[in-house]
Amino acid sequence: MNRSFHKSQTLRFYDCSAVEVKSKFGAEFRRFSLDRQKPGKFEDFYQLVVHTHHIANTEVTIGYADVHGDLLPINNDDNFCKAVSSANPLLRVFIQKREEAEHGGGLATGSLSRRKKALALREEGPRRRAHLHIGLPHDFRPVSSIIDVDILPETHRRVRLYRHGCQKPLGFYIRDGVSVRVAPQGLEKVPGIFISRMVPGGLAESTGLLAVDDEVLEVNGIEVAGKTLDQVTDMMIANSHNLIVTVKPANQRNNVLRGGRAASGSSGRSSDSAASSRHSLQAPAPPGLPAAAADDMESDEEPDVVLEGDLEPRAAPRLPPPGGGGGGGLTRLNGSGPASGLHGGGAQSRESSLHSLHRLISSLRSDPRHSLALPPGGVEEHGPAVTL
Amino acid sequence: MMKFRFRRQGADPQREKLKQELFAFNKTVEHGFPNQPSALAFDPELRIMAIGTRSGAVKIYGAPGVEFTGLHREMATVTQMHFLPGQGRLLTLLDDSSLHLWEIVHHNGCAHLEEALSFQLPARLGFDGASGPPTLAHITVILLVAAGNMAALGTEGGSVFFLDVPTLTLMEGQTLGPEEVLRSVPDDYRCGKALGPVESLQGHVRDPTRILIGYSRGLLVIWNRAAQCADRVFLGNQQLESLCWERSGSTLVSSHSDGSYAIWSADAGSSPVMQPTVATMPYGPFPCKAINKILWRDCASGGHFIIFSGGMPRASYGDRHCVSVLRADTLVTLDFTSRIIDFFTVHSTRPEDEFDEPQALAVLLEEELVVLDLQMPGWPVLPAPYLAPLHSSAITCSAHVANVPAKLWARIVSAGEQQSAPPAAGASSWPITGGRNLAQEPSQRGLLLTGHEDGTVRFWDASGVALRPLYKLSTAGLFQTDCEHADSLAQAPEDDWPPFRKVGCFDPYSDDPRLGVQKVALCKYTAQMVVAGTAGQVLVLELSDVPSEQAVSVASMDLLQDREGFTWKGHERLSPRTGPLPWPAGFQPRVLVQCLPPAAVTAVTLHTEWSLVAFGTSHGFGLFDYQRKSPVLARCTLHPNDSLAMEGPLSRVKSLKKSLRQSFRRIRKSRVSGKKRAVNTNSKLQEANAQLAEQACPHDVEMTPVQRRIEPRSADDSLSGVVRCLYFADTFLRDAAHHGPTMWAGTNSGSVFAYALEVPLAAAGSEKRSERAVEAVLGKEVQLMHRAPVVAIAVLDGRGRPLPEPFEASRDLAQAPDMQGGHAVLIASEEQFKVFTLPKVSAKTKFKLTAHEGCRVRKVALATFASVACEDYAETCLACLTNLGDVHVFSVPGLRPQVHYSCIRKEDISGIASCVFTRHGQGFYLISPSEFERFSLSARNITEPLCALDIRWSHGAAQASYKLQESPKLSQANGTPGILLAPQSRDGSPNPVCGTKAGAPERPEATLSPMSVDSAISADTTLDTTGDITVEDVQDFLG
Repeated sequence: MNRSFHKSQTLRFYDCSAVEVKSKFGAEFRRFSLDRQKPGKFEDFYQLVVHTHHIANTEVTIGYADVHGDLLPINNDDNFCKAVSSANPLLRVFIQKREEAEHGGGLATGSLSRRKKALALREEGPRRRAHLHIGLPHDFRPVSSIIDVDILPETHRRVRLYRHGCQKPLGFYIRDGVSVRVAPQGLEKVPGIFISRMVPGGLAESTGLLAVDDEVLEVNGIEVAGKTLDQVTDMMIANSHNLIVTVKPANQRNNVLRGGRAASGSSGRSSDSAASSRHSLQAPAPPGLPAAAADDMESDEEPDVVLEGDLEPRAAPRLPPPGGGGGGGLTRLNGSGPASGLHGGGAQSRESSLHSLHRLISSLRSDPRHSLALPPGGVEEHGPAVTL
Repeated sequence: MMKFRFRRQGADPQREKLKQELFAFNKTVEHGFPNQPSALAFDPELRIMAIGTRSGAVKIYGAPGVEFTGLHREMATVTQMHFLPGQGRLLTLLDDSSLHLWEIVHHNGCAHLEEALSFQLPARLGFDGASGPPTLAHITVILLVAAGNMAALGTEGGSVFFLDVPTLTLMEGQTLGPEEVLRSVPDDYRCGKALGPVESLQGHVRDPTRILIGYSRGLLVIWNRAAQCADRVFLGNQQLESLCWERSGSTLVSSHSDGSYAIWSADAGSSPVMQPTVATMPYGPFPCKAINKILWRDCASGGHFIIFSGGMPRASYGDRHCVSVLRADTLVTLDFTSRIIDFFTVHSTRPEDEFDEPQALAVLLEEELVVLDLQMPGWPVLPAPYLAPLHSSAITCSAHVANVPAKLWARIVSAGEQQSAPPAAGASSWPITGGRNLAQEPSQRGLLLTGHEDGTVRFWDASGVALRPLYKLSTAGLFQTDCEHADSLAQAPEDDWPPFRKVGCFDPYSDDPRLGVQKVALCKYTAQMVVAGTAGQVLVLELSDVPSEQAVSVASMDLLQDREGFTWKGHERLSPRTGPLPWPAGFQPRVLVQCLPPAAVTAVTLHTEWSLVAFGTSHGFGLFDYQRKSPVLARCTLHPNDSLAMEGPLSRVKSLKKSLRQSFRRIRKSRVSGKKRAVNTNSKLQEANAQLAEQACPHDVEMTPVQRRIEPRSADDSLSGVVRCLYFADTFLRDAAHHGPTMWAGTNSGSVFAYALEVPLAAAGSEKRSERAVEAVLGKEVQLMHRAPVVAIAVLDGRGRPLPEPFEASRDLAQAPDMQGGHAVLIASEEQFKVFTLPKVSAKTKFKLTAHEGCRVRKVALATFASVACEDYAETCLACLTNLGDVHVFSVPGLRPQVHYSCIRKEDISGIASCVFTRHGQGFYLISPSEFERFSLSARNITEPLCALDIRWSHGAAQASYKLQESPKLSQANGTPGILLAPQSRDGSPNPVCGTKAGAPERPEATLSPMSVDSAISADTTLDTTGDITVEDVQDFLG
């Protein structure tokens, strides 16, 4: 990716006030320049673009590649100014017919990877549902997502942290600990890895998807059971560009509900147990399939993305955190941070051991939580929430 | 839906079978000197010697190549060892008061050491014999009587117990208590005092019924076991340390804690004897230290030897480790550099001989074994063919050279012979000659080079089981160090008395830490080598058979390249001596390049065909043409953001200190956590050694929970500019049509620089090239996005095999590489292996080791693995040692994991850091400062002891039932590597040819067969483009 930027340096204008723009529509390129100091209005720019490309009669979306190679939209004055000011030195503009953009094809740019396309597509979401009120900023980039909700037990959460292009540190610490599992012989204590601390202002904290005392179960698909703290540290750092951690949250109240098929609590639970057993079967992968394929598949998995600072309807619905306002529930998941912080290591492990017990019990009788006052959106919490 | 898959090899049965034929893990032999020896024994009949260590290891040595190793299950110090003469059996006493009987038994014609019996003494609290029956509380001495069938055990309480050795059972009712002895002692000597512990038990050579017992208080008794009475009593009053009974039985020598010894006559006079015939204090009259052990040996030529340890004047020489040898008027005080453990003489023990006739004196010291020839005048030191004190100066680096050409070998050997004093005519040979070495003569020569802290490089013959010193190269002579003058001053005014003689080569004190050798590379075809050191010195040397006197040309290279704001505050560079200097035959320096700033050299490589040497430090790397003696290239690798580096070493030192502290904390923590885990049987010995090391450092209890920060490495980490590897290759860098010389450098921050070199062609028929300057042009710059340190770089040819070494192909020693194109470069970082195509650098295959396993790469090497089943089938694979001490093997260029074994304990950081792989799938690592463990990954290429011992005593079937457990070492040597295999390798089948293939010819590189299996694999390797986020940033400068 970056190679192309370096190469473009040879083409740069040495006039500092002018910004070279390379605009691409389909396979066609147009080049023009803008004034860096006074780029003007977005509307003017839009007109200029459709004019230079001779597509004045079509609805298009305009995007640009930022310094990190991410495709970001240009749809208002703010992000237009941002695009021009951050052009380094070339501003690469990508134009796409609006209907194409909305039909999942993504911005058809040959030079950007499929992943970037996917991100661009997701960015188009709010625009399509224009009736939703979406505030600034528009030029966001995903920093985290909950993935694989459909195959994981509901007590678990698989979180993907996109550090790429983010200047924030990942910002969390892990420690050794003891986890209590239910084994055929009864409860047994096994060593586990836990999140011990969050760096204030770090990426991990800002996503709200990880919290202190969450047990780390997998790192990028590899179980951490039997691995030392140092090994897990190294695995996480080696994967830090695209870190996917599967955790068992210490706070089980904010578990993701299965989207769509969460009609009744009992069916959700039964599918949960099926899914969990399926999941455990999947761990030893069929041989011969290179990880590349798996990675590709995983990168196609997009609908579970949770975006920072934005209420994304397609994200898995969830209960607003207790006590927290209904609004920013998605991002401020650890608005319940103080509560989770109260759990000591012992309480946490006790709690985790109780999950499965509670699940057994709750599958026998109807979940009292169904009677809770729930938001009208049909969001409900079911599954093994345990109050201590 | 499947999210993640482990990259795992399909269970292809054919491939699995092939893997079993190629790979097998064995720890074969330990080279060097046992760490922390604690006991010594010698069997004069079989002429074998045993050394016991504080970690419970027992090692038996005979003739070179005859070695046995055993390990007590208890992690206790071996305090005493006694051979049952001629039986190949050894009785050991540990400091946990357990007795063990070891046997050398033969399986399939090869001898092995096995523990046959053990006996834990009753653990009752001892009390001093006065009331109640005496108990076997604490054994102080052991004497084997009746040809080893019975052992007398002297105890702290003053009793002597008798033990039936074949069954290791106490013989009840025969115990000789101190009160029984006191009966034959006059009342005024008794005076109510206890006799104290039994200090010495001596048997009579000819009369096995008589035992000489010495008590701590000074009483000596000759006890007649047949008559159950004291034959003679000697009323000594000086605290006894040791005793020796002269051969004829008429004279006794006792040594005492005040530094005196006394000679008693056992024949004349009446019993009890009140006074010794002679009592002398050899180093008196001022207070002296105790004489710990004394020996008396008769000679046929008249006179006798008195050999004793200790007894030095307390005030002036109390800190010396001395053994004194006295014969008639000749006294020599052997002054050793480390503590004396024990000593013995090699002499005749046949009862019919009239004299002892000592041939040699062997002294076991804490750090080395010294053997003196007592038959030659002057008692010269006999060079030991094994037990080499590898650590005579601390080992700082090591390298292995395989398949050394016979010519170079002979030249190195002859250079080494000229170094050591020529043996005098009639000098006796090594006296410990027991057993027969059954291993075949190794078909190829392996050279192990160790660089040391004092600036020496030692050359060891690593072809066989015994690691033999060949030659020692010292680089210190080239430099001026202030220590020399002080040294010569200190030498001169030593008094004549005591007549000290410095013996032994263990010298832990380095003259100047800057002399330390950091990296060594040797070209085996041109006999040129490069030695690089701590103060940025890079020496190019050439082997010369004759001494010469010549000046060394000196050049310096500034690696900072005008970076501003940097001032070096570390050590100064070494100042070389100017003018012609005399050089002995051997490797003689030709060129000295000094890096500026004079930081330690971190990487070095030599290309003799192009006469180029490349070297790197923490600041950058340089390329030097040593033929024209001119610098070619210098490049600074410091990152502009690397504030620590740019601020100079003051802050660097701080950060180093910090990182050291962190790493020590980490070690400590991991040790604590490591203890909880199950003890791996195959690493017991190292475990033991490490525990000893742990005892040395104080335990501090850190209650704060261990936590680790999860943060990706950033570009501006300190020490990011350290050059980790350098590599020369003739490959395609500019375009796919033309190949040419290239140089590659990898740094700590994941940067790889590739230079295209313009090397003038050699004139026809000569190896020297024309005198045109070499030019270097930056070709590519690759930034690995995960920024992990680059550990190794290698270029693979069109068939996916590594390029041969310089001159290897042109001298028909290796198959010429495929230069038709399709080259690839393998870059191994601490986290990933990656193969990139050339000349366009794009990722072809990769394996993310850290992301998958959580371990980091420490050492990698490309090695050729020959098949045991098929004579001429071999594969080139990548062997890798991780920070967890596991060894992984990957196919090349497919980078498919093949096997992995756990090799080194992960807490053993120095062991992991010291590991070297050979070209043929073996490896060495330090298990202690003085010992290399040799291991082999190859199923074919195994170097292990194979020997036989002629034992008089036959191993009956009855005894077999007592057999407890094989020693762990034995099970390896035995050819059943099953217990060592990691579960992943899941074959566990015994190695069918292990026993017979030792020393099997290592395959010459020339017969590499095409890698049929691997190419099949590489065909389906997918282009792993998923890691777009970790895509490498390649800058192309050649366009």
